[in-house]
Amino acid sequence: MSTLQTVSALLRRELMLAMRRRGDVLTVLFFFVIVASLFPLGVGPDTQLLRLMGGGVVWVSALLAAMLSLGRLFANDHADGTLEQLILTPTPPVIWITGKILAHWMVSGVPLILVAPVLGIQFGLSNEALVVLMFSLLLGTPVLSLIGAVGAALTLGLRGGGVLVSLLVLPLYIPVLIFGAGAVDGAMSGLGAEAHLSLLGSVLILAFMLTPWAVSAALRISME
Amino acid sequence: MSSANWYKYSSPATFYSLAGRMIPWFYAAAAVLSVIGLYIGFVLAPTDFQQGESYRIIFIHVPASWMSMFIYVVMAVWAAFGLAFNTRLSFMMMSALAPTGAMLTFVALWTGALWGKPTWGAWWVWDARLTSELILFFLYIGFMALQAAIDDPRRADRAGALIALVGVINVPIIYFSVRWWNTLHQGASVSVNKAPSMATIMLTGMLVMAFAVWMYAIAAALSRARSIILERERNSQWVAQLLESKE
Repeated sequence: MSTLQTVSALLRRELMLAMRRRGDVLTVLFFFVIVASLFPLGVGPDTQLLRLMGGGVVWVSALLAAMLSLGRLFANDHADGTLEQLILTPTPPVIWITGKILAHWMVSGVPLILVAPVLGIQFGLSNEALVVLMFSLLLGTPVLSLIGAVGAALTLGLRGGGVLVSLLVLPLYIPVLIFGAGAVDGAMSGLGAEAHLSLLGSVLILAFMLTPWAVSAALRISME
Repeated sequence: MSSANWYKYSSPATFYSLAGRMIPWFYAAAAVLSVIGLYIGFVLAPTDFQQGESYRIIFIHVPASWMSMFIYVVMAVWAAFGLAFNTRLSFMMMSALAPTGAMLTFVALWTGALWGKPTWGAWWVWDARLTSELILFFLYIGFMALQAAIDDPRRADRAGALIALVGVINVPIIYFSVRWWNTLHQGASVSVNKAPSMATIMLTGMLVMAFAVWMYAIAAALSRARSIILERERNSQWVAQLLESKE
């Protein structure tokens, strides 16, 4: 099979599995909404304050939701032996790993992008800031899936893997958070979001080039 | 041609005795240097005309933060060696360095807070350097937590090495993103960069202390590596002989 065929077959399989377990996808999505809704309850209903915080809050919630969904990335395939079969195929691991990460993003990242504007409206973001918020999430959430995949692969089958993965991955998410929330802030304050979005884009390119190799090495370490 | 056979020292048995002979020297150097450094810092160095006596904490704070960053890089170098040459000792050195690095990061944060209170008027400021040091602390904790969670030593070694390498690639990205975030979010706080250039005697004291911390870090890492070797090789012949000769 050609590379493209492999990736598309893998994508179809992952998406079908996700459709059969819609609950998992929805859980992460509602987690995102609930976390973002907790902040106004914590800091008070001051509109001015919430408008300032909005971008950051939505981004922090997206970070936590992305992290929560990492367990699904390899764990099930590890448990039923699919992962071993994939490693045995002649396709280079980097190819199918990229496919799996892409599928993970489509299932757990894209819904966040679609729901984010609703949360943004709750925080009183301007229309322009809402567009920037969606665009920054579009550039940023794939990075969360890519970096998270390294953590997920390293903690495969470990005791307390879920908490451990957050310790490993959250510090590495910080640049994405800064650039993503910074873009929204820039749009709100009129400074413009282009600089932050460009940096976010470059982080995405860097992560896309490097992390599949790291994930491949991590899976080899965890599976041997 | 190179005559020294470096692989000889990568054997845990050889390294164990070599490290045992080197440790007292490094501890002694650390003790002597810190006595000199603290004497320069607390007796010879003049009082700062802006910050008063409280500035003297830099003689501990700056060396600790320098070494905390340096040790992370050294850890990553050992990780790369371990993955490239498959030497167990490299992984052991990597694991042995992490607690010292985390401790120094903590010391740097703690002394930074103690210095910040009289100087900035707050225990904690979201300054770019403080924040990156805090994130470095998180990276150390993550590394140690991952190693602690894996029972199989071989997997623990390799997984730790990979996360150390991923971390070291990320450190500059994190540092610059935090610096940028900081300049956008808050006005200029007091920065060491803007302070008038430092008196030579202060710089000397700080460098001597940095060497003291360096020597201490080497000694601590070597002793920890020795413990790791004993733990891992407890079933081997030479450890059994070593224990017999001790009895």
